[in-house]
Amino acid sequence: MAMKRQIPFALVFIFGIFMLFQYFVPHESSEWVYEFLLDWIYIIGILALALGIWSLFRVSVDKIKTKKPNWVYSYVTLMGLFIMTVFGFTAKTGDSWGLYPVFVITFMLALFMLIQVLAKPASRNLYGLFGGAFLLAAVLIAILDRTWGFYFMEAKGLQNSMFRIFFDDVMMPILSTMFALLAFFIASAAYRAFRARNLLASLLLIAALIVMLRFNPYLPYAAYVAKVSNWLMNVPNLAGQRAIVIGIGLGIVATALKVILGIERGYMGKG
Amino acid sequence: MKVILGIVFLAVLLTCSVAFAQTDAMTPADSTAADTLSPPAPPTDVKAVDTPNDHGHSITVTWKLSTDDGGGAKSVSHYEIFRSASPTGPFDSVGTAVAGQTIFVNGGDKEKQSEDYFPDDSNFYYRVDAVTMNDSVRSSSEIAGPAHAYGQWYNTGRTPVLVAVLLFMILTIYFVSRARKGQELYVRPLGGIEAVDDAIGRATEMGRPILYVLGLGTAADVATIAAFTVLGRVAKRVAEYQTDIIVPTYDPIVMTVAQEVVQSAYLDAGRPDTYKEDSVFFVTQSQFAYVAAVNGIMLRELPATNVYMGKFYAESLLLAETGAVAGSIQISGTDEIAQIPFFIVACDYTLIGEELYAASAYLGREPVLLGSLKAQDWGKALVIILAIAGIVAANFGWTWFTHLFKVAN
Amino acid sequence: MDIFEKMMKLDRRWIFLFLIIVCVVTYAIPFKVPILVEPEVRSIYNFIDSLPPGDIILVAIDYDPNNLAELHPMTYALVEHAWRKKLRVIFTALSQNGPGMAEQAILDISDSLKQDRTFNGVHFKGREIKNGIDYTFLGYKPYYALVILGMGQNFRLPFPTDYYGTPLDSIPMMRGVLNYDQVAGVIDLSGGSITDAWISYGQGRFNFPLALGLTGVMTAQYYPYLGSGQVFGIMGGLLGAAEYEELADNPGRAKDGMRIQLYAHMVIILFIIMGNVGYFAERRRQKREEKGR
Repeated sequence: MAMKRQIPFALVFIFGIFMLFQYFVPHESSEWVYEFLLDWIYIIGILALALGIWSLFRVSVDKIKTKKPNWVYSYVTLMGLFIMTVFGFTAKTGDSWGLYPVFVITFMLALFMLIQVLAKPASRNLYGLFGGAFLLAAVLIAILDRTWGFYFMEAKGLQNSMFRIFFDDVMMPILSTMFALLAFFIASAAYRAFRARNLLASLLLIAALIVMLRFNPYLPYAAYVAKVSNWLMNVPNLAGQRAIVIGIGLGIVATALKVILGIERGYMGKG
Repeated sequence: MKVILGIVFLAVLLTCSVAFAQTDAMTPADSTAADTLSPPAPPTDVKAVDTPNDHGHSITVTWKLSTDDGGGAKSVSHYEIFRSASPTGPFDSVGTAVAGQTIFVNGGDKEKQSEDYFPDDSNFYYRVDAVTMNDSVRSSSEIAGPAHAYGQWYNTGRTPVLVAVLLFMILTIYFVSRARKGQELYVRPLGGIEAVDDAIGRATEMGRPILYVLGLGTAADVATIAAFTVLGRVAKRVAEYQTDIIVPTYDPIVMTVAQEVVQSAYLDAGRPDTYKEDSVFFVTQSQFAYVAAVNGIMLRELPATNVYMGKFYAESLLLAETGAVAGSIQISGTDEIAQIPFFIVACDYTLIGEELYAASAYLGREPVLLGSLKAQDWGKALVIILAIAGIVAANFGWTWFTHLFKVAN
Repeated sequence: MDIFEKMMKLDRRWIFLFLIIVCVVTYAIPFKVPILVEPEVRSIYNFIDSLPPGDIILVAIDYDPNNLAELHPMTYALVEHAWRKKLRVIFTALSQNGPGMAEQAILDISDSLKQDRTFNGVHFKGREIKNGIDYTFLGYKPYYALVILGMGQNFRLPFPTDYYGTPLDSIPMMRGVLNYDQVAGVIDLSGGSITDAWISYGQGRFNFPLALGLTGVMTAQYYPYLGSGQVFGIMGGLLGAAEYEELADNPGRAKDGMRIQLYAHMVIILFIIMGNVGYFAERRRQKREEKGR
């Protein structure tokens, strides 16, 4: 029991102190250890990603099983996850795709059956049988069809046309749309919140108006308003932000010290 | 017909090439003027030393300018630096410096396989040539050396940082030990922290869950570390009141840590069996996909309380506005300055910047954590004093004061 | 006083509807809008303009498709300017969803370089932009802070190959280019978090000239760095991109966008004023009622 808590603390202390000293020691050997550690951070990150995907998988299957609201979309989530992975790892070796669409479809069906096995334990055997059959078919196609292949070591799959279509023509527009929603949300939030309720709120309102009218050429004295708004941004705004930044900087040093010395334990669970 | 065309074509080709040859013949006339240049004065006082404060593999060569540097017929256009492993040569060129420059850093790669490899601990000799516009008219300095490169064990340029860190460490340890001895420390009340308990009570009454968003930071971000501590306290209360908590995470490492935090909180509260493993789950590492998922959770599960703690970026307003539409009480805390205005506008309580880092001290009231808060405040006081001193020094032109704080690379 | 109460408690969907109508109309009808240029954008323009041909700059296209609208015009204006001046560019794409979009942008901009154009009275001939000679696209690696630190030692540490799998040592442009020391300056275009890493881990440790291109919301936060000299220029949001386009005489999407942004701002101001009018009228009515009692 003691080991469970002592080892992480010891590790945090050792590596924390080392990285602190590494900043001051330019010698090659300290640099070598630093680069070695950087590599390990990548490795740990990738392993954690596997845990994350496993968590997502389990939560989605649970949603389907217990029929939580909008459970159908969990199928879409899982399918999307695995199909993009398959697209990302495969690319055609020649000019034609051969049986690739068939492979994708059988793989998706196998996956669907697997989800059903986990979500509907009552008909487990039936789904398991079908799932096994589809998976076998998919594996056979993958082995026997030479017109396309799996590329794990190179990035060829990223040039895969299916991958590109889903990414460029589906994902990118959707992400841009979400970001565009911000404009509307700003309008509604501004409408709701910028009321001159008291002195501070009024100051906020006036400052917001001046900055929004900043480069409005239709305003009389446009250049003057621009000057005032620039002053607002570069003087009081900057002063306030610098103060907060200094506070944050000190807070970061303090928290880092607390973590290294083992005073701050929230991140490990208090257990 | 074809033959005639062919002959015409050849004739045109010949005339063109003769014309080009004639233009080439024009240029040699210019160089005759340069032949009359006599060599300029050589650079003097050439020194070669190991480059300080680096990992080795670099030697710095300095010299005094040639007296012919600057205008005049003997004008030096640049310097060329040569290096050899022995004082008698052969010397290879390793680089050039423009006229007016007196320093050149000859560095290289530390990897033996690299073609740019610069070995440590082997002696090199340097020579600096002052070169005119005509490359062959030049004069050489004396040979400088031997010099060998080696790595330093301490970067003197970063001393101000070391002093600051040590000073802060001392302050922290001092206040923490004072707190451990039982001294009462006053901290001003923070609305957001006090609201957390009420918010959890509200959620229990309404029978609705609590949504805790850890933000888009990694486990290495200090804001996320602070958010873990708050999560621990919130989860413990949630366990005691038997409410549900939903924690969608953005980063897989953050997810594993959060699971650990929530599980031990349930253990602490004495209800390890009511812990649901799927209450903390991974969503996606794409910013707006994550916020779409969390918004969906908000509108479906209708949590009574939303807590946003950690690092947030452009999606902060999307989260907060949707939460306001869903009718939740919202408490937020972030150190991302750009997002604080959005949170202030759309949330009921906001912790600004370091108030988030202080949250752990507030919630637990542990003397040790309060002590470190005091150290932070004293640190800030010191910064204010130094800033005022800096303004005074700048007004009197005392540049040595600002040089004390200069951090070189 | 019913109308005033309505003004105070308007259903947010009316706001959305009005806003979208205004945006669509101003987008569909093209008309010019004057642009005032700020010094912090001018310093970036002057920096690129003053570099001799053959110098290398690093343009970090570190944003996601989410921030495309604000940052793409900046990228286009900046990179076209750099290539017209015959500078060589190293591109990175340290944001996870960014590389595909960055590659697309690079190819798009290189296509537009094929035409002859005149900017600010100077005529530039069209030329072909070649991968490996005029630019190198390093691509994406996770944990951007580590990548930025690694590039300070040697580009080959985080990026042994470029985005297309070619080893860096066999790329003609990258010969002799070890790390930031051989780069004239870095311009980071990103939507937020990665910028902090460039400032503290990049410029802070390795001391190269750094300029930023940011989304509008993040810009205010980085002015302190401009004041302290850690950053020599900032292009903020669509306005910054429009200013750069104005300086480079290269009108593009930013200037179009400024038109829409102008009117959208006016709509938001209108609604804020309306909300306040309703609020004050309500307060006056309540005071009158209390006096009446």
